[in-house]
Amino acid sequence: MTREPPISTVTPPPRLYRAPEHRMAAGVAAGIADHLGISVLRVRVAFMVLLGLSGLGLLLYAAFWAVVPLRPGDTAVPPRRDVAQLLPFVGIGLGVLLIQVMVFDSVGAAGTAGWLVAIIAVGAGVIWHQSAPERRRQWGEAMPVPWLGAVVEESDRRAFVLRFIGGGVLVAVGIIGVAAVYSPAQNFDAVINGVIFALVGLAGVGVVAAPVLWRTYSQLRSEREGRIREQERAELAAMVHDQVLHTLALIQRNAGDVKMVQRLARGQERSLRNWLYKPTASPSERFAAALEQAAAEVEDTYAITVEAVVVGDRETDEKVGALVAAAREALVNAARHAGVLTVSLYAEVEPDQVSVFVRDRGKGFDPDTVEDHRHGVRGSIIGRMKRHGGRAEIRSGPGEGTEVRLILPISRDSSAAERNR
Amino acid sequence: MAEQSTEHLDPADARPERLRVFLVDDHAMFRAGVRAELGAHVEVVGEASTVAEAVTRIAAVGPDVVLLDVHMPDGGGRAVLEAMRRTHPQVKFLALSVSDAAEDVIGLIRAGARGYVTKTISPDELAAAIRRVADGDAVFSPRLAGFVLDAFAARPDAPVADPELDQLTNREREVLRLLARGYAYKEIAKELFISIKTVETHVSNVLRKLQMSNRYELSRWAADRRLV
Repeated sequence: MTREPPISTVTPPPRLYRAPEHRMAAGVAAGIADHLGISVLRVRVAFMVLLGLSGLGLLLYAAFWAVVPLRPGDTAVPPRRDVAQLLPFVGIGLGVLLIQVMVFDSVGAAGTAGWLVAIIAVGAGVIWHQSAPERRRQWGEAMPVPWLGAVVEESDRRAFVLRFIGGGVLVAVGIIGVAAVYSPAQNFDAVINGVIFALVGLAGVGVVAAPVLWRTYSQLRSEREGRIREQERAELAAMVHDQVLHTLALIQRNAGDVKMVQRLARGQERSLRNWLYKPTASPSERFAAALEQAAAEVEDTYAITVEAVVVGDRETDEKVGALVAAAREALVNAARHAGVLTVSLYAEVEPDQVSVFVRDRGKGFDPDTVEDHRHGVRGSIIGRMKRHGGRAEIRSGPGEGTEVRLILPISRDSSAAERNR
Repeated sequence: MAEQSTEHLDPADARPERLRVFLVDDHAMFRAGVRAELGAHVEVVGEASTVAEAVTRIAAVGPDVVLLDVHMPDGGGRAVLEAMRRTHPQVKFLALSVSDAAEDVIGLIRAGARGYVTKTISPDELAAAIRRVADGDAVFSPRLAGFVLDAFAARPDAPVADPELDQLTNREREVLRLLARGYAYKEIAKELFISIKTVETHVSNVLRKLQMSNRYELSRWAADRRLV
């Protein structure tokens, strides 16, 4: 910290501070006088006059002391609220209370005393929150009793909840106690009135404390957001490094091999797309994820593009797993025999059936002339679908491409259960 | 405006004339690539790399079709569409993006694009798509058809605000299914025993429904998938 005032082209709006110099008690009067540009004496006289109105001046003074910070910048050490400065203030307060007790009745004095204590407590809380965590820790260590430190220290969430509940119980007991003491069972209305006024008082305390709480909360939130952003950036950087740069290096090394380059680029594109757009799901649990994984494997193995469109989703079971396996076999067939670079895969989950279509625009063949040794079609597709209660149709003709249609009816019960999940 | 004269000619007369195409993309390399690939099929009459540049240049040049990138600074293709749609309804927009995420595709179509293709498309297919868009057809990729089916069909229990306007007819859904299965318009017509023109009408109706309404269902759909 330098002693010079900060260089700035814009004059900041004047803020109210307590003046550290020419002060008698806590510097409130001097600060207000500075701020308003009037003499200190007038402010002090005003406070004295207000003192007569059942201690209002004192209340105001305490309130200002609680919420107005000491003017910073003039001292190298951050200003401390010097407790010794408050001694004359406490003396004045006691004097006022004494006068009130002697001149008026004791009830008014007790009210004033209560307000004073409340305001000072709030002020102490405000100071506690505004103070730096480091200094707070020092205070905590300086606490004579260890558990007191545990009570005032901000710790984990469970402690916070416990404290919240404990505080709530204390407040409730206090309100009821105040009501009982001040109107000892005269009638029920008096008790209710007492409670209502106590609640009003609490609301006031809440209004005073709200900005501080809100500021603390928003600080915490922005800090957490920053941390999350940083984490995401790190994750992205790691992903780009591990995958994209790696793939680009491989492509440079295999620049002559067109198939290899296409396979690498396609795989990388898919993984980036998934990373950017796809919600993650486990292929062992969800139908769409399983189908897309199968399509990705075929793409990688045979260096073709599978244009996958999946409408709807459901959980997998044995039958659905068989459907995925049959679809995978159909994709492999298309990749191996059709002689094309692109295969369409369309799947739709309807309430009463799941259907998958695998289509290519390649050579095609005449289904009637499929020889018996072609187990791929007969066993892995048609037979598998039949075994699991579904059916498979193969439509093809020489030069027309091939479409494999896989349809798996699902019972109403399981689909209803799936929807209501 | 002389540029619009092709609009008033008979299609037979307009055919030989090369389509006037405008490129909007913030990557100069990509624009150069598209220009080189498309040069044989269409006439590239202008380029723009920002939204503001695109809006002023398109208004000045008056192309038949604008190839529009989705992701650009300052609002992307959607901002261009929204700025141009009312003032220049005769200009057709075809979105050309590297992204095939549902929110990008649906967003652009709802803003008024007549089609959506991804940047992995081959030059011949791109030229065909431009021709179809210029002729007033919609260009539906299988993936886009899947998104629409997902939005309309996969939620039979969703509340529908205006059934007449919002729901796809069975026939339209049928056409979309075949589109999603990778069928061309011609093959769909053959499969369903209808004319190609009817297929095109169905697809245009789907596009119109997608643009006009079903705000509730679409927004719910998007929200369910955490797209918005």
